[in-house]
Amino acid sequence: MIHSLFLVNSSGDIFLEKHWKSVVSRSVCDYFFEAQERASEPENVPPVIPTPHHYLISVLRHRIYFVAVIQSEVPPLFVIEFLHRVVDTFQDYFGVCTEAAIKDNVVVVYELLEEMLDNGFPLATESNILKELIKPPTILRTVVNTITGSTNVGEQLPTGQLSVVPWRRTGVKYTNNEAYFDVVEEIDAIIDKSGSTITAEIQGVIDACVKLTGMPDLTLSFMNPRLLDDVSFHPCVRFKRWEAERILSFIPPDGNFRLLSYHVSSQNLVAIPVYVKHNITFREGSSQGRFELTLGPKQTMGKAVESVLVNSQLPRGVLNVNLNPSQGTYTFDPVTKLLSWDLGKINPQKLPSLKGSMSLQAGACKPDENPTINIQFKIQQMAISGLKVNRLDMYGEKYKPFKGIKYMTKAGKFQVRT
Amino acid sequence: MSSSSAFNDDKGGSSSIGEPEYGHDPASGGIFSSDYKRHDDLKEMLDSNKDSLKLEAMKRIVAMIARGKNASDLFPAVVKNVACKNIEVKKLVYVYLVRYAEEQQDLALLSISTFQRGLKDPNQLIRASALRVLSSIRVTIIVPIMMLAIREAASDMSPYVRKTAAHAIPKLYSLDPDQKDQLIEVIEKLLADKTTLVAGSVVMAFEEVCPERIDLIHKNYRKLCNLLIDVEEWGQVVIINMLTRYARTQFLNPNANESLLEEGTEKAFYGSDEDEGKEEKVEAAALVAKRKPYVMDPDHRLLLRNTKPLLQSRNAAVVMAVAQLYFHLAPKAEVGVIAKALVRLMRSHSEVQYVVLQNVATMSIKRRGMFEPYLKSFYIRSTDPTQIKVLKLEVLTNLANETNISTILREFQTYIKSMDKDFVAATIQAIGRCATSIGEVRDTCLNGLVQLLSNRDELVVAESVVVIKKLLQMQPERHSDIIKHMAKLTDNIQVPMARASILWLIGEYCEHIPKIAPDVLRKMAKSFTNEEDIVKLQVLNLAAKLYLTNSKQTKLLTQYVLNLAKYDQNYDIRDRARFIRQLIVPTDKSGALSKYAKKLFLALKPAPVLESPFKDRDHFQLGSLSHLLNAKAGGYQELPDWPEVAPDPSVRNVELQEVISTSRGRIGSLGGWPEVPEWTKCSSREKRKEKKVEKPFYSDSEGESGPTESADSDSDTGSGTGSGSEESGSESGSEESEGESESDKEEEEEKHKRKSKSRAKKSTQESEGSEPSSEDERKKPPKGKGPKAASDSESEEEEEEEESSSESSESESEGESESDTDTRMKQKTCASKPPPRQPKKETEMSLLDLDDFEPTPSPQVTPVNNFVSSSLVTDLEGLSLSDSALSPAAVSPASGPVKSYELLHRITGEGLSVSYCFSRQPFSHDPHMVSVQMQFTNNGDTEARNLRIQEPKLQSGMRIAEFPEIDVLPPGETVTMVMGIDFSDSTQAANFQLCTHTRKFFLTIQPPVGELMMPVFMTENEFKKEQGQLTGMNEITEKLTLGETCQGDAAIVQRVTSTASLSRVPCGSEMKCRFAGKTVTSGSLVLVTIVTREQLVAQLTVNCEKMLIGTMLVKDILQALSQ
Repeated sequence: MIHSLFLVNSSGDIFLEKHWKSVVSRSVCDYFFEAQERASEPENVPPVIPTPHHYLISVLRHRIYFVAVIQSEVPPLFVIEFLHRVVDTFQDYFGVCTEAAIKDNVVVVYELLEEMLDNGFPLATESNILKELIKPPTILRTVVNTITGSTNVGEQLPTGQLSVVPWRRTGVKYTNNEAYFDVVEEIDAIIDKSGSTITAEIQGVIDACVKLTGMPDLTLSFMNPRLLDDVSFHPCVRFKRWEAERILSFIPPDGNFRLLSYHVSSQNLVAIPVYVKHNITFREGSSQGRFELTLGPKQTMGKAVESVLVNSQLPRGVLNVNLNPSQGTYTFDPVTKLLSWDLGKINPQKLPSLKGSMSLQAGACKPDENPTINIQFKIQQMAISGLKVNRLDMYGEKYKPFKGIKYMTKAGKFQVRT
Repeated sequence: MSSSSAFNDDKGGSSSIGEPEYGHDPASGGIFSSDYKRHDDLKEMLDSNKDSLKLEAMKRIVAMIARGKNASDLFPAVVKNVACKNIEVKKLVYVYLVRYAEEQQDLALLSISTFQRGLKDPNQLIRASALRVLSSIRVTIIVPIMMLAIREAASDMSPYVRKTAAHAIPKLYSLDPDQKDQLIEVIEKLLADKTTLVAGSVVMAFEEVCPERIDLIHKNYRKLCNLLIDVEEWGQVVIINMLTRYARTQFLNPNANESLLEEGTEKAFYGSDEDEGKEEKVEAAALVAKRKPYVMDPDHRLLLRNTKPLLQSRNAAVVMAVAQLYFHLAPKAEVGVIAKALVRLMRSHSEVQYVVLQNVATMSIKRRGMFEPYLKSFYIRSTDPTQIKVLKLEVLTNLANETNISTILREFQTYIKSMDKDFVAATIQAIGRCATSIGEVRDTCLNGLVQLLSNRDELVVAESVVVIKKLLQMQPERHSDIIKHMAKLTDNIQVPMARASILWLIGEYCEHIPKIAPDVLRKMAKSFTNEEDIVKLQVLNLAAKLYLTNSKQTKLLTQYVLNLAKYDQNYDIRDRARFIRQLIVPTDKSGALSKYAKKLFLALKPAPVLESPFKDRDHFQLGSLSHLLNAKAGGYQELPDWPEVAPDPSVRNVELQEVISTSRGRIGSLGGWPEVPEWTKCSSREKRKEKKVEKPFYSDSEGESGPTESADSDSDTGSGTGSGSEESGSESGSEESEGESESDKEEEEEKHKRKSKSRAKKSTQESEGSEPSSEDERKKPPKGKGPKAASDSESEEEEEEEESSSESSESESEGESESDTDTRMKQKTCASKPPPRQPKKETEMSLLDLDDFEPTPSPQVTPVNNFVSSSLVTDLEGLSLSDSALSPAAVSPASGPVKSYELLHRITGEGLSVSYCFSRQPFSHDPHMVSVQMQFTNNGDTEARNLRIQEPKLQSGMRIAEFPEIDVLPPGETVTMVMGIDFSDSTQAANFQLCTHTRKFFLTIQPPVGELMMPVFMTENEFKKEQGQLTGMNEITEKLTLGETCQGDAAIVQRVTSTASLSRVPCGSEMKCRFAGKTVTSGSLVLVTIVTREQLVAQLTVNCEKMLIGTMLVKDILQALSQ
């Protein structure tokens, strides 16, 4: 399926190549570069590019293009999903997935890729199995390796691949047994000019960090499981049990993993935690424009709205801005015309505002588009959908684990049209 | 190759990345060393005795490979280390070997023996890795070795090695396509594998090597469907895509009726000749009528049911695969479920979004309703990449209809103000499309677009002009002022396409603007030489049209323009000018054509249809690369059209009897002997021949034999032992079959009627039931089973194969031995019925998916009997329990008291057999549960330990109260346990695993509807009162004719109470029998009334709040009474 893989950095250099079948010349990437040139933005490079003899399927992550070379029919999502899995694995191994990190660990990368695909077909993509095969590089291990000459490659054979629970290593041992779950919800919303919600949906995930000895069998139940009508699970979750009882029952992978993600669709009512008052106007004939922005909390259930960041792409005609924030700092990039205002926490008593004027290109006519305002924020200890975990039970092991649940609401793609 | 590697070398050297190896190299003496010399150092390091040096060298070599630098000259030095003890060195050598073996074929051969040794290693993982590397070496000379290795690995004990073998198949195939036939044999064998580990890989191999051999799937279809959920995610994608294709060839179109009707009406609507249209409609209707009773093949249903949970997968590719399967295969009403999942995927990475949106765009044309509720999820954000924006726009446009158009247009208005001009242009196009498809908003859209004509951005204006032109073409006479307005724009707009569009419009409708048109032509004539080609062509067009309509004013202008065009640089324009001159300017020489010039130029032109570029893309399988590119990609397998008539569904039956019974011809051509796959028999071809001879012999002795010759022959010759074992098991299980048939004889009479029913069922159950068991068997070596042909050194797997076959055919022989000629006749008729009947039968079966209908041997019944007689409820009813048969098929009065079902056959259970019955006792721990009495018998010779239930897989709302673990069950002992199941008032099966200390069995209990209730005592008045409240939809009345043996009150009461757990309500009238009960879980009342009219005619009324239960109960009681 996947014939070869090329890693291309943002300046268009191929810095790694790997072939699973016969070697494909790297000149095939010229087609990719062509498409890259045509695209105005990096993310506008089409994910699938046909060439006379091959097809190039690429993903862009961390400013690196992962270009897979395909020779015949294959579901494109299959390749895309796999490439993302590769990136996730690298991130898991090296902390970051940058060009430098990949170059520094080129041998580990190669070993990983070798295990992940066999003849272009995915073989071992579970991070727990891979970690058993190839140990992630740590500073300590690197030092030890250079001194003793031992290796990163696990001595054990990949027994995980044979087990019934391929996602979990065998013989896991911890002195502190702990299981943490983060319920993180992101609000995607479009708010129109007048402040009414055009569309709003919630994307939630439950990320887990489970460090438990042995083979624990966990069940997680919710106070209000009805909220979750559109979910996708980590393969460890027993689907039938969920269908029957709305209880998550699973033998967890070791370490960090995404237990489930869910979607509360736009058909449901979604509470919008912030409101924006804005007044952005350009006057015909004048080279000045007014800019006023005020943020306030709304439906936050008494929780503070923190880490608020406002971004807005101002029209091309704007030369510079002269603004006065009531709190926080703002920056304006005159080249990209990107205005961003980092205001921190919203104080309900004294609402943060950003007011001032914009100077336009002399003689240019009034821009007819109004900028959209993108907002990022965080609200701790609250899941905006109202989802609540009821209890977490462990079976199969004797010890008492430490359990923790954290809730957080974030802005996803939160956009206000002006 | 060499050129490309040289190129690589250059590039790598020149790029900034090339440095580290200089620095890291302690021996090279700095950056001055040449490539040549540096490699010498590496060679030295590789030759050294120290693993750490070797490792360092290998790491550097791999880093070179990763950068695309040529390291092929190190081959001899590297290949020596293939047997190195250090695992990391070894792995890196493998990487190197696989990369360069192709170029250094001779040297690569040196490494082969190492791998061959590895193939024999006792550790499965080493065997697997040896096979993996061996098969990755692309050296043609080792093809025979690879073939041999694959063949051997395919019958390896370890499923992991078999998986690797499956992976190796496409590798070998790409190396040497001539091996195809042999590889297909291996694929066929691996397809029969019952482990989830292998399934995905082998289907992948199947898709690469022989996707056209759909016939190989038949036998494995059900197994694949059932394994699917447990296969790893990548395998799931491949299997689902393959099964989509398979299903398209094997099942009928579930939407056939509807699409026919649609077509019919459409034709009638558009057809100019009405009669013809009508005829067609009638024809279509006739076709529909003929097809009307569409019953979905249970296998089709199985596929849909088993893939649905995968919509919840975290893997976008799996979700997409299921979505396309539903889109292509599911009945229209069920396709909707995929929308939600697809919308969820849209939140993923933008590449995923891109692909999903492409597919949604295609789907939304065919099934708009599906995505309508999610309209808002397709609204566009300013931060989306342009390609995503355009796709979302496409979807929004497809979803537009009369009701939502105003919202959509309002959205579009915001989009037009976007800074992304490409996107604005696309939006304008989209508005145009909405305007053409929805008449109500045409004027609104047109006005909006006209306003855009005064936009400051030229691109926007140009795009608007183009779209307006298309819209105006629909009703030009009403919009002459717009045309005038556009005529003025020619002064300002510079975009050629827009200018051309305006000119075309003016030319086309010059009669509506007689004053302006010549003036425009005058202006254009002035600027003619500076125009773009498309504009010039339109100027010529305009001139010609004006000349034809208004020659007085424009004659000279036209001449002028034509003269200009005559000397144009572009030959198209010169040609056009010449052509137009000949056509319109009347000369004495001009041909007949000029007469028709007006007709030619000013013919009424049909309005353009603005269509989605995604229209009809669904002839490509959705989710495929070909669909995305809208062009056939290499290796794409066409999605076949639905067959007109469903192919024989019985080909999927795994069991011996079914296959033969439906197609007798098979016996003659034993090449495709269905049960025992060919490869297992390779070693014993002679044996097969023997069989071949035997078959006709036995069937002859039978005379007019039934459809299952082989099975018949066993019993009828009376010597069940000899022939039976030979026929069925050949190696194993002969003992069992003997014992079985003996014990069965004792109860022969009891079974007479039941058999005929159970036979048909058995086939499906057997096939399902035997799978998990034999899968489990693989995990541990089978215990001694009867005399085995030890000479055959066949692998474990083969034994399993044999075993399961013996099992199935054996149970067959049992069945046959009891049945008298009567049942055989019945069976024959049933077998000879045309295939379309088949699916219906099977649906019935799956409704009552009991594991087996065989009654347990009599000694086992006794405890059940005791237990039941002590039951309070039944005692109170004061019924004679002698003949309370529960199965739909009536059992003769002599049979046991409570119907007991087999849950685990002792052969499948390796000696452990389990039967269960519904004891109709309230379950002590939880009144909402149905108590199921289970009887465990250990027929084996070792004790079974730790019998317990694990991992129930239940439908929503269902619960299981497990019985306490049985610690030890010594051989020959029997233990009875009671378990509670809350079926939540549905007849859905409860699935769970029964675990012993060594094994796990997948078991299923499905309750007859009558067991989901418990008796309630009430008086006649209460009954009437309750009944009065349960009318309307909750009442079901059915007329029936009582069976001959079912006359008189007592008989009716007895049959009803045996069918359902109800109690009789005392009542005055003799003609009426009333029964009352309530469902176990929800306590909804179930009231049954039977009124006997005349001799044999009666009326049955069931009142129940739960309509489904009511309906099913009516069916069951009807059946019980009419027998």
